[in-house]
Amino acid sequence: MPGRSSNQNITRRLRHRLPVRVWHWINLWCLIVLLLSGLQIFNAHPALYWGSASNFDAPWLEMYAMRAADGSIDGMTALGPWQFTTTGILGYSGDSVRGFPGWATLPSYQFLSMGRLWHFFFAWLFAISGALFALYALLSGHFRRNFWLDGHDWRGLGRNIINHAKLRFHDHAGKYNSLQKLSYLSVVFMALPLMIVTGLCMSPTINAAAPWLLDLFGGRQSARSIHFITAFSLVLFAVVHVAMVLLSNPLRQLRGMITGRVPRSSSSSDSESPS
Amino acid sequence: MSRRPPSEFSFSRRALLQRTLLGAAALGLVGCDRLSENDAVISLLDSAETLNLKTQRLLAGRESLAVEYPASMISPVFRPNGTVDPQTELYRQLAANDFADWRLTVGGLVRTPLELSLSTLRGMPSRTQITRHDCVEGWSAIGQWSGPVLGDILEQAGVHDSARYVVFHCMDQLDGQHDYYESIDMVEAFHPQTLLAHSLNDEPLPVGNGAPLRLRVERQLGYKMAKYLKGITLVEHFDDIQGGKGGYWEDRGYTWYAGI
Repeated sequence: MPGRSSNQNITRRLRHRLPVRVWHWINLWCLIVLLLSGLQIFNAHPALYWGSASNFDAPWLEMYAMRAADGSIDGMTALGPWQFTTTGILGYSGDSVRGFPGWATLPSYQFLSMGRLWHFFFAWLFAISGALFALYALLSGHFRRNFWLDGHDWRGLGRNIINHAKLRFHDHAGKYNSLQKLSYLSVVFMALPLMIVTGLCMSPTINAAAPWLLDLFGGRQSARSIHFITAFSLVLFAVVHVAMVLLSNPLRQLRGMITGRVPRSSSSSDSESPS
Repeated sequence: MSRRPPSEFSFSRRALLQRTLLGAAALGLVGCDRLSENDAVISLLDSAETLNLKTQRLLAGRESLAVEYPASMISPVFRPNGTVDPQTELYRQLAANDFADWRLTVGGLVRTPLELSLSTLRGMPSRTQITRHDCVEGWSAIGQWSGPVLGDILEQAGVHDSARYVVFHCMDQLDGQHDYYESIDMVEAFHPQTLLAHSLNDEPLPVGNGAPLRLRVERQLGYKMAKYLKGITLVEHFDDIQGGKGGYWEDRGYTWYAGI
C-alpha cells in the first residue's frame, strides 16, 4: 500500500520507462475496442470453420438459438460434437438471437458496418503503436535486459511454476520471473503479431498480394478461427495479468505503470515483482 | 451526492471500487453506442478506409491475382445472400421469358453505348475461374465462375478519359424501394479477374446467385459483386446516384472499399 511505504522510505525508483507506460495504456484501449468490435463482427456469422471455405454443415464452433419444447427460446453453443445451453450469454440474449451478448460487443446492438469501422481504425492504431514499441524494446535493450531468459531463469522455471501454483509471487526485487518473461515474450512476439497477420489473412486483397499467408494458416476460414482463438488467449492473458496485479499490491503496481515510479520499500517482504 | 443519507457511505472501499467500475462499464457501453451514432466519430473512424485502400493497393498492385482453387474444392452449395429471389415487376417479367428480352446496357462516359443480350454475352470470349467468395459477414464459399472479362466490354464501349468509376445497376431491391447498385474504380474494373459472370459451376447462373448476370470482383468482399445486372454506367463521380456513397450497402454505412 502506498500509505505504508510512505511511512518508510520515500525515495522512488524508476519502474517502467515512458515508452513502456504509454504503449501499455494505448494497447489496453486498442485491445478492448478490438475485442468488442471483433465480437460484433463475429456475431454477423457466429460460426467458425477450418479450411478455405465455410462448410456450413460442420462448423467447429457455432452459436445459435433454438425453440425449446415449452415455446421459450434457448441460446445454444455447439463446440465440436458437444452442445451447451447458453441462454442469456451465447446464442440468445436480451430477447434477440445473437452470438455474444450486448455487453460484449461494440456497438451493443447488431451493427456490423459500425463494428468494422471501429475494428479497422483501432487495428491501425494497434499495429502502428505495437510496431513502434517492438522497435523501441529491441533497440533500447528493454527486451534483452528485462525479458531475455538466461540459464538461471530456465533452471528456476519449475520452482517458479510451483510457487505460482501456491500463489506465492515473491521474487527478486524489480525483476521479472521466468514465467512472466515467457508470457510477456509470447504475447508481444507471438500473440499480438498473430492477431495482425491472421486479421490480414481474412482480406481478399491481401490474399491476392500474399497468397502464401493463406497456405501458412490453412485457408481463410482457418485464419478466422485462429484470429478468434488467439483473441481469447489474449483475454485469458489479461485475466491472469490483472489477477496477478490484484494479488501483488495492486495500487503500487498501478502507480508504477502510470507514473513510472514506485516508492522504494526497505523490506523485501513487500512484493516487488512487477506484474 | 451530499443529499444522500450517511448510510449510503458505509460501504467499504472495495465495494466503492466495484461500484465505480460497474458504473464506468455501464457508462462506457452507453457511451460507445452514442459514439457510434456521432457523425464526427464515424468520419474519424472512416479515415481508416482510405488507409486500407492506399496500403492494400500498394501491397497488391493492379495486377495481383486472387487465389484460384482446384475443382475439388468447389463448395457443394454456393450460399446465396442478400436478395435471393427478386420480386420487382421488371425482373419477374424478364425471368418468365428466360431473360430472352433482357439486355445489358453500357453507357455513361463511353464512346459507343452498348446493348448486349444474354446470348451475345455467352458468345463472347470468356474467362473461367474457381475463386473464393468472402461475405462481409465472415463466411466463404468457393465457386467456378464463367463470363466475359469486364475490361473487354469496357474496351469495346470505349471509355472516356474522364471516367473514374464503373457503376452497376441491378434489378433487385433489398428493401423493396431502392434498386441495388454498386461501383468500382478503374483499377478493379480492368483487373483480369473482374468478370460479368453468366455461369456458376458450368450451369447458367441460378436466380439465387444473380441470374442472368452478376459481377465478380475477386479481390473484394461479396457486397461489391452486384447481382441481377441490368446496366453499367461509366461516371466521373457517384455523388448523385441514390445515397451518393457508391453502393446500396455503402449508403447504409458500409465502406466503399471492401478489400478487407
